[in-house]
Amino acid sequence: MSFYASLRKEVLELVRTHRLLVMAVILIAFGLASPLFAKLLPEMMGLVPGGEDFLSLIPTPTISDAIAQYVKNLSLFGVLVAYLMTMGAVATEKERGTAVLMLVKPLPRAVFLLTKFVALALAFLGCLALAGLGGYYYTMLLFSAPDLSAWVALNLMLWLYFLVYVALTLLASTIAKSQAVAAGLGIGAIAVLGALPSIPGLGKYLPGQLVTWGTALFTDPSARSWPALGISLGLIAACLVAAWIILDRQEL
Amino acid sequence: MAAIRTEGMTKVYGPVHALDGLTLTVEPGTVFGFLGPNGAGKTTTIRLLTGMAKPTRGRAWVAGEEISNSGRVAARIGYLPEEPALYRWMTPADLLDHVGRLFGLPSQERRTRTKDLLELTGLSQVGKRRIGGFSRGMRQRLGLAQALVNRPEVLFLDEPVSALDPGGRKEVLEMIGRLRGQCTVFMSTHILQDVERVCDAVGIIDHGKLVVEAPQAELLDRYTVPAFELECEEGSEPAFEALLEALRGLEWVTSAAAAPQAGTVARVVVKDLEIARRELLAQVVHQASALDVILRRYQIVTPSLEDIFLRLVGEATEGSQEGAA
Repeated sequence: MSFYASLRKEVLELVRTHRLLVMAVILIAFGLASPLFAKLLPEMMGLVPGGEDFLSLIPTPTISDAIAQYVKNLSLFGVLVAYLMTMGAVATEKERGTAVLMLVKPLPRAVFLLTKFVALALAFLGCLALAGLGGYYYTMLLFSAPDLSAWVALNLMLWLYFLVYVALTLLASTIAKSQAVAAGLGIGAIAVLGALPSIPGLGKYLPGQLVTWGTALFTDPSARSWPALGISLGLIAACLVAAWIILDRQEL
Repeated sequence: MAAIRTEGMTKVYGPVHALDGLTLTVEPGTVFGFLGPNGAGKTTTIRLLTGMAKPTRGRAWVAGEEISNSGRVAARIGYLPEEPALYRWMTPADLLDHVGRLFGLPSQERRTRTKDLLELTGLSQVGKRRIGGFSRGMRQRLGLAQALVNRPEVLFLDEPVSALDPGGRKEVLEMIGRLRGQCTVFMSTHILQDVERVCDAVGIIDHGKLVVEAPQAELLDRYTVPAFELECEEGSEPAFEALLEALRGLEWVTSAAAAPQAGTVARVVVKDLEIARRELLAQVVHQASALDVILRRYQIVTPSLEDIFLRLVGEATEGSQEGAA
């Protein structure tokens, strides 16, 4: 009972505070703009003084460029949105005192945390679906229709990739007593996760590989990266469990 | 069964004993005033009893449930913190509905309860306005409303009226008073007049230790001073002094003396309050008439809760200082 009540409140909060709108605008904008940007890049280069000299060096854009641009933009800005949306989720409630007022009621701390994660997961799913729809339509319009199943799989991979950062930032937000500290911890965690692939041989096990896997599906439908999928799901679960244990021991 | 019972409840933060072996019993249906100076341990007690913190030692029960069983306690209590932090993006109706959902109330009951509580707290007119624009007093009243959604058996109020103007204070205290008999109210405060106005029983805490716990009337009786105050019109001082001299001659009078700075006011301390209650007035009237003293006031000295509080807290502080020495 308290799960649905709390989830309802979290979703309402995303809507009423316009955070869902901001998330949707950013993701949809980059979803739409990516194929457009890939298509118009040579023409834009031509408009730059001296750029016409390089035009002959730029190959004619293809659907692969549109997909690569989509992946690059969405993965970068999606992580940024995940961080910004999540960093204050728990820390702000603790700092302002709203957490005390709610947790003194029959709302288990695990449910309090889980519903924040689920609400953000649903918000990302919806916004990414719209971004994916827009990106697919523009790619089809400007190039040709990408493989639909690969496109859906790519977006699901992106979604899971974002959720790793949501869970990681949620953990940082739970550890921290204030939003400022949560922001610092969150950015630190993101930096560490971003730097790990530079260790030789490690990249294929990390969440970033999900995006590579999703992109590879367009050229090789049999491409698989199960370890990365398992580790990403494991990371999400570990972050949520750690956040729950920490919050359960915290005195509010 | 007591509404609240604690046994040696202790909370230590590093070297600080925020609460030191609190043993307390609050009877069901009473409005219990938990008094103490700032930093005495009032809020810590409430945080422990509501499950927001865990005691270092000791045990406690709220509405028959041990506080370690926080889920079951949560279903039976209401809580209003000193500065209730509410979701600024919600309306009061949203908040009360949300709280009702957390308690698992059916939709019809949530609607009725929301309407009733908004009326009770005088917020019906602003039920659809965002909380973000509310004054502190309005937030306080809404905080009280959200604490009552589940018809709690025990209601914890942490300094419930400290942020309110005199009018708001009166309203909220009246609301609290009306809860008497419906639920047990545990109200922490440092405003003694508020306790005098609504509380049936009082607990005084200082430096984390319970100094006294008793029904308010019993406490006032216990600390009654066996004394009377007399006041005469100005210009009657010499005759007034003669009146006091006559009173000093009575065998059940210990002393009778005018205040050093105000010769028109005197305090008569007696050995036996019962005899004095029966005979002193007659003696005073007789002497005043004989000596031509115009009396303005005759009064039994009754200690206020403030007198008792200051005396007990002072004693406790002296005791702890002696102990430390």
